[in-house]
Amino acid sequence: MSNPYRTTPHSNEGSALWPILALGASVVSLAFLTQRFRAERTSRAIDDAPLLSAHRQDSGRYALTGRTVTIAKPRQDLYRFWREFSNLETFMENVRSVEVDGDLTRWVIAAPAGKEVSVETRITDECTNDFIAWRSTPASDIETEGRVTFRDASGNRGTELEAHIAYVPPGGEIGLWIAKAFQAEPTMQGRRDLKRLKMLMETGEIATNRNRRTPA
Amino acid sequence: MRALTWHGKHDVRMETVPDPEIVNPGDAIIEVTSTAICGSDLHLYDAVIPGMQRGDILGHEFMGRVVDTGLSSTLKKDQRVVVPFTISCGKCFFCDRKLFSACDNTNPVEKQDVTEALFGHSVSALFGYSHLTGGYPGGQAEYVRVPFSNVGPIVIPDGMEDEEVLFLSDILPTGWMAAENADIEPGDTVAVWGCGPVGLFAIQSALVMGAARVVAIDEHSNRLALARQLGAEVIDYKQTHVLEALMEMSGGLGPDAVIDAVGMESHGFAPDTIMDNIKQTVGVGADSGHALREAIMAVRKGGRVSIPGVYGGFQDKFPLGAMMEKGLQIKTGQTHVQRYIKDLLYRIREGELETTFLISHRLPLEDAVEGYRNFRYNQNDWTKVVLKPGQQKAA
Repeated sequence: MSNPYRTTPHSNEGSALWPILALGASVVSLAFLTQRFRAERTSRAIDDAPLLSAHRQDSGRYALTGRTVTIAKPRQDLYRFWREFSNLETFMENVRSVEVDGDLTRWVIAAPAGKEVSVETRITDECTNDFIAWRSTPASDIETEGRVTFRDASGNRGTELEAHIAYVPPGGEIGLWIAKAFQAEPTMQGRRDLKRLKMLMETGEIATNRNRRTPA
Repeated sequence: MRALTWHGKHDVRMETVPDPEIVNPGDAIIEVTSTAICGSDLHLYDAVIPGMQRGDILGHEFMGRVVDTGLSSTLKKDQRVVVPFTISCGKCFFCDRKLFSACDNTNPVEKQDVTEALFGHSVSALFGYSHLTGGYPGGQAEYVRVPFSNVGPIVIPDGMEDEEVLFLSDILPTGWMAAENADIEPGDTVAVWGCGPVGLFAIQSALVMGAARVVAIDEHSNRLALARQLGAEVIDYKQTHVLEALMEMSGGLGPDAVIDAVGMESHGFAPDTIMDNIKQTVGVGADSGHALREAIMAVRKGGRVSIPGVYGGFQDKFPLGAMMEKGLQIKTGQTHVQRYIKDLLYRIREGELETTFLISHRLPLEDAVEGYRNFRYNQNDWTKVVLKPGQQKAA
């Protein structure tokens, strides 16, 4: 990237001096640019876009992922299906098992490198046909919270289902940095899961190009 | 079963592969009685469409007999059906608006990531085509698993021959939609680039829809002869300056509507074509688009541009200025087959549309490799190839 503010020395005199000058100039211009970017960021209008589509997110030690999908079914149907947590196994590829135990739900989730993590969640807030929010208990391998919201879509298009999940990536700061750098994975997984849910709810099946039930 | 499989550029093979089974409740298994090679299969043969994998079964124009059905399929065993090349769920936002080739729910989710990166959105699945559109095994085979079989396949009444109705699967509705997208009005002059099967059906459809004149452009004498037989006037672009001819033939106005039935492998000895071909060869992926550029330059001010020809990537030197300054309308898309298929079956039965005139060759499926080679390299004589499974290979 070219830097339009870069200064160059006017002459070659005192050649030992000019790397120092160049360094000084770089520091000055870097400070100037940082200042400028910061000023620009704070002077930007607050827009109406969802937080997840911002270029940078201040989510602290959490990594955020989420997606919205429109499903041509009434809110009640989708809420009812989702609220029966054992149903989530049918379209969430990484969920190995779901066990509901009173107000606790225990999940076994496939993790990278063939590992599995177990997560225990408790519903923190919910409103029938509107939203369900949950949070992990200390008995979980990873710290996570999430929320799924059901809204009527405009023009009889069914329901806008929005799922957001925040989690503390294992490995602290570095883990978070890695999770952000490779955010494709959970984001992609979430996107695929919601599309599978849409297929299942709208058509009663999940599309596959497989030609056989079992490998021949 | 026996099937034609793709292995790379100009490398297709007849192989024995596992028979398909019912996988999902909406599935049906079809025993193929007739299948055809489509011009768009040549894009795969030439390896200019991304997302193909070795061993993929090709073919998206097929019909046959129902031999097995899933729990929720409404088809019945032994019914004769023609299967649309577009796979559509019939339930989503897009199917509800009869935009069947934009269906949300048939392209497997793990295939959609790449399509979204390339096109912004994923599109419906197609049989026997790129994994961008699902990578579903196709119809140049003895059997096909047909998902969402309540939505696509149309039952064929007794007494109609395979060849009369086979092209309901793709090229007839594609030609029909091409003409419909040209919004033809009485008195219109319509110019059609490409007299392959889609171009020929577009010509026939445009005339049915009331075009006063249709001018067809190609280089192959047999194909031009077929266009003339349908009632078109013809231009051989190898001997005539197309833009000048079209201006003169339309009284200095330009055609009211133009149809690009050529697509991404346009020929024609012109500087843009040569550059496009070089870029396709070195793999920087530009679609060749001489026909489309010429069509946009030719069409009259405020005219209509219909693009049934297949494009899969990006195009250089697109005459955006001409499009904007002349105020053109462009309509395009993979065919919404399910929207047209019933009406077109009726028109065939009534004798309004002729569908067998373009078939030049009938081969056993076992000779499909030969069929591809000839359809690709001998386009003058080989206008349309129909393949028959279960027949012995020709000696």
